[in-house]
Amino acid sequence: MEQGHIKINIDGREIIAKEGQSIVQAARDNGIFIPTLCDFKSLQPAGTCRMCLVKVGERYVSACTTIVSQGMSVENESVELKENRKSLIEMLFVEGNHMCPSCEKSGNCQLQALAYRYQMTAPRYPFSFTQRKIDASLPYLVVEHNRCIQCLRCVRGVKAKDGHDIFGFIDRGGAIHISVDTTDTEAATEVIAQKAMDICPVGALIKKGGAYRVPIGERKYDNEVIGSDVEKERDKV
Amino acid sequence: MSKTKLIVATTSLAGCFGCHMSLLDIDERILELVEVVEFNRSPIDDFKEFTKECDLGLVEGGCCNAENVRVLREFREHCKILVAVGQCAITGGLPAMRNGISMKELLEEAYFNGVTVGNKMIPNDEEIPAILDRVYPCHEIVKIDAFLPGCAPRADLIWEVLNRIIEGKSLDNLTYKNFKYD
Repeated sequence: MEQGHIKINIDGREIIAKEGQSIVQAARDNGIFIPTLCDFKSLQPAGTCRMCLVKVGERYVSACTTIVSQGMSVENESVELKENRKSLIEMLFVEGNHMCPSCEKSGNCQLQALAYRYQMTAPRYPFSFTQRKIDASLPYLVVEHNRCIQCLRCVRGVKAKDGHDIFGFIDRGGAIHISVDTTDTEAATEVIAQKAMDICPVGALIKKGGAYRVPIGERKYDNEVIGSDVEKERDKV
Repeated sequence: MSKTKLIVATTSLAGCFGCHMSLLDIDERILELVEVVEFNRSPIDDFKEFTKECDLGLVEGGCCNAENVRVLREFREHCKILVAVGQCAITGGLPAMRNGISMKELLEEAYFNGVTVGNKMIPNDEEIPAILDRVYPCHEIVKIDAFLPGCAPRADLIWEVLNRIIEGKSLDNLTYKNFKYD
């Protein structure tokens, strides 16, 4: 084994991980999909969504914030964890107002794609039908609070050229919601609107004027199950 | 020996009939369908009331008024298997966008302040079913046995589900490309 590499096992399968990697990264490198929503590429993981919850020993940990260690044994695809994830998806669906038929992000939405993967039909929880605002005051960006899952990917990943924040969050706990500094000149640009839409896993941040361009049947998750791109790599590892 | 046909009832509550259109969208397979099912109370054959007990009830739309609730309960009573068809039946759908807005505000917008409103008055005839405080998904009113997502559910999904029910098979793991919420 190379220097800086360690052995861990996920669902009984032994894999080689790099020291310092998170469980999510190590799994991905080995063709194992652990579902995530708040985790995004190079961003510092936040562990807000709890979608990636796995079991290490007897403890539940978020796989995006937990660093691998030699000999670690991870449970990922058990019936219990799958059920947990489905339940969590359902909670997200009832907490906001996720009207897929009228959403611009439908077909490219990660929350919806995960719901497809876990075959959610009707959530077991009652819908909250909370009224939230839609802010379309910026020239290129629509902020649709009904669809926000508070993953904070925009807060962490969309910054102005000099690095200052454009997105932030207000309040805490159940009342938490994202906000955009509309007085910031960069918030009004097309570049930021595009970046925001690309980083948002759901349809909460939408760039104006570009919706419904891709026909139904050709969108990202119309035919491909989310995570299948990772799992395809499994045989090659 | 002729097989016993599956008796099917369908209805549209607070829906747009899109799900019924999608059922018709199975195209020529409808000829295969009528070989194995018999429609009872349904807009497809225009039966207004149940004339016998049914094996399967397909419900499109959620409940937005007292009449929807009455019909849904009647379906529950007369159908062995009751399926919520489409996003409106499952989530309340588009009509549920009114949920969370006060009834006063809704009625005033619809019958007074709307730009196309001519004769400004809120209808109040006993013939008109009472509107509910909000739109309810079907499973919040009666027990629903299966859910068929989509807006409208793909014709192929409806076909798949009908066949599985006819064959007495589980509805788990439906074909991915047909299992959609839009």
